[in-house]
Amino acid sequence: MAAVLYPAGRYIVPPKAGESAAGTVTLPFAPDEIRENEGKIFKFGSRPGILVRLATGELRAFSAACTHLGCIVQYRPDVGHIWCACHNGHFDLNGHVVQGPPPEGLETYVVNVRGDQIVVSKGA
Amino acid sequence: MARIQTWLADAAAWLEDRIGYSGLQKLAQKKDVPVHRHTIWYYLGGMTLFLFIVQIATGILLLFYYRPSAEEAFESVQFLMAEVKFGWLVRSIHSWAANLMIFTLFLHLFSVLLVKAYRPPRDLTWFSGVGLLGLAMAFGFTGYLLPWNELAYFATRVGTEITGVFPVVGDFFLSVARGGEDVTGATLTRFYAIHVAVLPGATLVILGLHLFLVQKHGMSVPPSVEQEGGARGVMPFFPNFLLRDLVGWLTALAILAALAAFIPAELGQKADPFAPAPAGIKPEWYFMFMFQTLKYLPSHILGIEGELVGVLGFAVAGLFLLLVPVLDRRGARGESSKVFTWIIIGAIVYILVLTYLGYTANPTV
Ligand code: HEM
Ligand code: FES
Repeated sequence: MAAVLYPAGRYIVPPKAGESAAGTVTLPFAPDEIRENEGKIFKFGSRPGILVRLATGELRAFSAACTHLGCIVQYRPDVGHIWCACHNGHFDLNGHVVQGPPPEGLETYVVNVRGDQIVVSKGA
Repeated sequence: MARIQTWLADAAAWLEDRIGYSGLQKLAQKKDVPVHRHTIWYYLGGMTLFLFIVQIATGILLLFYYRPSAEEAFESVQFLMAEVKFGWLVRSIHSWAANLMIFTLFLHLFSVLLVKAYRPPRDLTWFSGVGLLGLAMAFGFTGYLLPWNELAYFATRVGTEITGVFPVVGDFFLSVARGGEDVTGATLTRFYAIHVAVLPGATLVILGLHLFLVQKHGMSVPPSVEQEGGARGVMPFFPNFLLRDLVGWLTALAILAALAAFIPAELGQKADPFAPAPAGIKPEWYFMFMFQTLKYLPSHILGIEGELVGVLGFAVAGLFLLLVPVLDRRGARGESSKVFTWIIIGAIVYILVLTYLGYTANPTV
């Protein structure tokens, strides 16, 4: 029995993928390609991140995977903060939950502008 | 003429020797269906069966063009809809019949509950029926992803993420469900294998058991009818009931064709794992009441994460549904069990209200 069930069961469990170790990414767009009061999704390794330019001109970046059930969030210019369409979760521009079911805030990243490059890294 | 008759008789005798179908004939003649004011509910199971047969037929046709990979799935469905003669029709029928099948299945289930047909010795029939409900929902959930469009992508992200809310084992469940950590092409091939091979196989086995048991026990007469002095009489299954079944099936086919022709299945945008979830994101209608419930739950209830409470709540409700024949002791003794009737009506009202809210509540505030 076990000699049949074990290999079959093990076959169904997918092999571990090497966790993308990226701690820093350079975004594929320049600082002047994101306007004030706008948000853009970028790839942080295999995970989505979101870059937001506040009305003051400051850039901030967060993980874009909602902490509730993993949908990708978006920036809503009409309300001026981050929103998840899946179950109506709202996050402020520090990544904190302001309304809805998400249990915790979005992970925040560090943004550095070097010339015409935007570099995003995981907080130290 | 006489020659043809002898041939036919010979052929019949040849088959009779090998298959022995006259036994079947006797069986069909013996089977009859009680006639009373709830007889109409006896047609729903057969209707569901018919729609499942439609699914097998159209599903096999879809396989001729469908390609299960993240790169090609969306394009192959697009090609099917735009270029293949009647491709849009086959796909639309498959998607409409899936919905109608789940709909008739729900009606069948709730009618069985309300006329208390789950009482022993039909409890095993009930268990196999709940199994079939699970399989049908799994068909719908896995099939929804196959066109690899935006809505399906996020519905699958959320739906599979739910397996991850369980403490300790969650991450393991999640990676088995997705074939990796994220919803990717690996998830698509997995869902494809489940949708077209695992589920049809499992369904045939459980459906076989279900139909065998229905045949063995005959149709139950509801306690309320018994109390009023029993059924008015019986009608032979063959041909009377079967012919009425067929009328129902033809009607269903006509409705199906009309729906498929006038409201063809949509395809939408190709899934993009790096685009925000679109504002109108929603699951299939039969998951809507659960989806909407998750929206209303606060982030924490008594210190436990809201979605875990919600998911556990639905798991308990599912278990309750499965165990109704065991729990309803009074019903098992043939007494009336008003409590169960009210619980069932409560559940129906809950599902209807949350489904209604799911389609009407403003999703953005
Ligand atoms: C033997 C049976 C079946 C086979 C071989 C089959 C096969 C397929 C294939 C190849 C697709 C992808 C094409 C497409 O997206 O249009 C598909 C889609 C789908 N299937 Fe099935 N299927 C079967 C039974 C079922 C059943 C019983 C249900 C529902 C209860 C179901 C529900 C769906 C749904 C909802 C879709 C997505 C339709 C869409 O939006 O395009 N299937 N199926
Ligand atoms: S996944 Fe974001 S609110 Fe549920």
